[in-house]
This record gives sequence, C-alpha cells and structure tokens, in this order.
Amino acid sequence: MFEKEITVTNRLGLHARPAARVVQTASGFKSEIRLRRDDLEVNAKSIMGVMMLAAEMGSRVLIRAEGEDEAQAVEALVGLFQEKFGED
Amino acid sequence: MEKEEKTNNLVLTGTPASPGIAIGKIHLLEREILQIKEEKLKPEEVEHEIQRFQKALDETKAELLRIREKVKKSMATEQVRIFDAQILIVDDHDINQKVIKEISELGTNAEFLYKKAVQETINRISASKNEYIKERVYDIEALSNRLLYRLLGIKHLTAATLTSQVILMAGSLSPADVVHMKKDKVLGFAADSGGGTSHVAVLAKALGIPAVLGLKNAFNQVANHQTVILDGDRGILILSPDEVTKKEYELRQNHILERKRKLTELKALPAETLNQKRVQLQANIELPQDVDSALNYGAEGIGVYRTEYLYLTESAFPPEEEQYRAYKRVLEKMAPHPVVIRTYDLGGDKFRHDLSESYEANPFLGWRAIRACLDLPHIFKTQLKAMLRASQHGNLRIMFPMISGVEELKKAKDILNQVREELRSQKVPFDERVQVGIMMEIPSACLVADSLAKECDFFSIGTNDLIQYSLAVDRGNARVANLYQSFHPAVLKLIKHTIDSAHKNKIWVGLCGEMAADPFATTLLVGMGIDELSCSPLAVPQIKKIIRSITTGEAEKVAEKVLNLTQIEEIKKTLREAYIKRFGQEELLCLN
Repeated sequence: MFEKEITVTNRLGLHARPAARVVQTASGFKSEIRLRRDDLEVNAKSIMGVMMLAAEMGSRVLIRAEGEDEAQAVEALVGLFQEKFGED
Repeated sequence: MEKEEKTNNLVLTGTPASPGIAIGKIHLLEREILQIKEEKLKPEEVEHEIQRFQKALDETKAELLRIREKVKKSMATEQVRIFDAQILIVDDHDINQKVIKEISELGTNAEFLYKKAVQETINRISASKNEYIKERVYDIEALSNRLLYRLLGIKHLTAATLTSQVILMAGSLSPADVVHMKKDKVLGFAADSGGGTSHVAVLAKALGIPAVLGLKNAFNQVANHQTVILDGDRGILILSPDEVTKKEYELRQNHILERKRKLTELKALPAETLNQKRVQLQANIELPQDVDSALNYGAEGIGVYRTEYLYLTESAFPPEEEQYRAYKRVLEKMAPHPVVIRTYDLGGDKFRHDLSESYEANPFLGWRAIRACLDLPHIFKTQLKAMLRASQHGNLRIMFPMISGVEELKKAKDILNQVREELRSQKVPFDERVQVGIMMEIPSACLVADSLAKECDFFSIGTNDLIQYSLAVDRGNARVANLYQSFHPAVLKLIKHTIDSAHKNKIWVGLCGEMAADPFATTLLVGMGIDELSCSPLAVPQIKKIIRSITTGEAEKVAEKVLNLTQIEEIKKTLREAYIKRFGQEELLCLN
C-alpha cells in the first residue's frame, strides 16, 4: 500500500472538471485507489465519489493506492492536484 | 418574488449567469414534472429491468458523446471538459453497479433506485459550505434527469421544433440543452435552478446568449408565450413589463448591440494609433482549432500557441508526426501572419507520471518548462523538429519559456541548432529564417534583458508569471491573492526595462498574459513602447478599439506619469481616469 496526503490548492476546489481529471487519471492504473477527506472515503475511479468529497480549496485529501502500480498511481494524482488541474 | 415600486412590473430575482438583454416571449420546457414512483417488479421482470437500465445508460452515453463531438468543433477545451464530466457520471461504475445489484435484490424499478443513489451524492455536496462546490449539484441533476427522461420515455426537447425566437425557460437546464438549442431561435435562457458559475452559465456565455438562473420558483409563475424582459446583467426576469420599462430596455439593448457591431467592424482594420503607429495585435491559443476564433475576432497573428495542451489532452508526449500536423494546421490557417509557438511549459509534476519519481514541494520554483526540456533533450528535440518541419507552411517563430539567464538561452539554442543540422543532413526542408525568442517571465531575465536581447530575435513578456515571481505571490492562495497586482510599480519597472533593452538592441518586444487584455493597461503599454500585444481572441476587438483611439504622444504622457507614481492605488486611479477621459463614463459600464 502506498499513500500520500495533499492539500487542494486550486481556487475552485475539486469541482466537476477537476474531478473528471482525477477519475480519468486514476482509471489509467490497475491499483485500487481511494481518496479520503475527514471521515469520508471514496473510490477515485468514481466521479460521483470524487465529487461527493466536496473538497474545496485548502482541504486535505489522503490518496491511497493498493496494487502493482500503487506508487505511480499516487504520484500521478499528487501531480494533478499540485498542477491545480491546469486551472488557475 | 418582489414587487418593484412605482410600476406594475413584476420582477423575479435570480442570479446573473450570462450578460445581455433579451426581450421576447417565454417558451416553457414542458417536461418538468418528473414523478418517480417506487414500483415492485415481478421476479421474471428483473432481468428485463436490468437490461432496460443498461440500454438507457448506453444510449445516454452515446448521445453525450455526439454532443461532445459537436461542442469540440465549435467551442474551447474548457467547454468540452464539461461534457467529459457528464460522460463520466453516466459511466460511473460504482453507482451503476449499485443500482443493478438493488434491482435484482430488492426487485424495484430502475428509475427509483437510480434517483435514490444519485440523491445520496447530491445531499453530501449540498452540505458543503462552499458555494462553488455546491453548484456542482446541477451537473449531477442534469445528467440524472437526462437518464431518467430516457428511462421514462419522455422525449428530450430540442429547440429544433421552435419556429420563432423565444426566451427558453425550464425548472432546470442541462449543459446539453444549451448546446442543443438553435442559436438563432433562442434569445435567452431562464431557469429556476443553477447559478452564476454553473456549466449552463459557462456555455451560455460562450454562445453569447443572455441567461438568468436560480430563479427559485419562477417556472410556476410564468405563463407560456408571456412577454418578458430577461436582464442577464442584473439577473432579473421582468414579467409583463409596462411600456416605460420596455422602452428603457430597448434603448439599453440597442446600445449594447451598437457597441458590438462597432467592435466587429474593427475586424478588418489594423491596430494602429491615431498617428499611425502600428501595434501587432495577436491572440493566445491553446488548441489548433482556436485559430478560427482568433481570425474571427481580427487577430493579426498568434502571440503564443501553448503547446502543453497537446500533451495534457493526450497525457503522453505526442509523436513528432502528430505535433507536425497540429503546428502545420495553425501555421497554414494564420499565414501570412506570424505564429509564435512556445515549447512545452510543463511543470515537473506533469512529467512525473512517465519520467520521474521526484516530489516537488514548490513546483512553480522547480523543474519545469525550459529546465525540464534541457534535461530531456529527446522530448525537446522531437518538438523542435516538428516545429521546424512545419515552418515551411507559414510564418513560424519559436519561443522558449521560463528563461532565467543567458546560459539557458544558449543551451536551448544549441539544441535547436543540432536539430537544424540533423534536418539539413537528412535533406528535410525548413525555413532557415525562423525567428527565435524568449518569454520574459522571471525577474532575473528582465534585469539582464540587455544581454538576452543580444542572443535572440524577440521577447514576449509573460505578465502572469512575472507578477507572481516578482511580488512573491501565489494568487491561488486566497489569503495573499489581493497582493497579486499587475500595476505594482515594480512590475511596471521590470516591463519598462525589458522594452527599453529590447529596443536598444533593435529587437521587437511583445506582451502576453492577462495584462494584454486589460483595457486600463493598453494606453500605458503603448506609451511604454510595446510592439505587440497578445490576448485571448475575445478581447482583441476591445483592445483594438483602444489602440485606434489614442495617439502615441498621449500614451507616452500617461506612461511617464504612471512610472513616477509609487503606489498601486494611485496608478490604478490615474489609468482609470485616463480611460474615462478618452471613452466616457458610459463605456466603463460595458466593460466586464
């Protein structure tokens, strides 16, 4: 298992388009990937789940992957968050 | 609902979602009553119910893919992404499997279970304190309604059936509704749900159709074919307006139309000052198809073609051939006007996925743009090769991003020369006179502009990053975003020094970044001697109008005055006053 915590830094938070990017990226990996914010944990490959996090700017999200490509999966998602989904 | 004093107008208040005014008859979308009942299935019906659900999912997805293709042809990437999200929702494995499982376990109808599953997500999001996040509920509702209509066999309205121009009103509108409408038949959009940042608003803006959303329970108060005024600037809907109000609005509408017409008339005219100093007015683009809108708005070239979008949309480095085709398309369409293609401006974390494992605490100060390209010569060379090959098809200029000093520029040029040499030895033709320039977006580069100018053919000042780096402000951070100021005296001094250094060395200097689209900055920049401005295609007519209304003498005076000021607020006030003096208070109201 591999995990990393990140902060949502794009101004508008994890709304539909960033959520779509998260799901598209996560779906490219074989590992099972979960996102956790406070007490809510969701499947990173489900857009309804990712949107359900309602993660606004400044919220902390834990990315956890388990599987053969777990490290790459987590790094790829961390990259997306850091690049602010190409938004700001 | 509130009554306005003095008149008999009934005014319903919502949220301004797309600017402009529409006066006309309401057309109600009659598909609002979505009553979903729980129904128990007979055991033998379960299999059929699952198939019916699966079929509705497949058909809805196919329909959205078609709409997405249509949108891709006429709109920007941002708008296409809206439909990516919609497609992912209909494809959501977790939700769909849950529904299928419950159909067989509970023996209940698909509509009821799907609505229930979606409602759970909606409730969670609605509980958020963040308004923008909350508005995402509309995306989910739009998609789930679309699927439910299909399950219930309710025909989806398209405005194809509309015979006259109307203001379209619904309880809720979906992004797909908006792009499905015939543009010439819809004067405006009104809906009970939705907000200013919803995707319906984004799309209505892109289409230039006024919209008021979030009218709460207006749908039930409006009669079909009733005459209304929809004010997209103020976010109101006026029912049965009296003659005085109607006249007032017709005047305002004419004023807006007249102004729009004047701006379009400018399309074929050059961007030159009253005393005939020509400023190159160009457009920034991200995708090859954006060239069309650049040409439509009268841009005389492409000031920055941001190639990283090629990478971001495919999430892999595109092969040389694919890049060549994209660059060729832009160059051919724009010829004989110049096209500045910027080499990859990607952050370290974007490369990481396939190339590196490193984590960066501070990506904006990290391994990105030219720094990464110099470390990854095979990727850099492939891109340069594709550019040079495409150079035969138009007027290419190559630009390197994030140059911080002379060494980096020399290294980048060495690699470019190696590529040229390879092409020559392979007898591949390319334009030998292609200009090579750099982005001026790091303060250190601006300070050594004189040395850099001796090594290249042009500069393009990238104000977005320059402001961020020189003021040490991350504008994504709400706590310090107010410190991000384009008119900080230090920023202006860096720009001025860069322009002067370029001219001293007889090279041209442009400016891309949001400042190029700021109407208050135009006179100042012309006064400082800028040779080229590159902004979003939409901003081109407005900026052209300003350039065509001033003289360089007057602009120089404004610049001289501003450069002697020490405080941001004084500078802003001076520029605002200069603008009002030239164009009048009324024009100010037309600026967004």
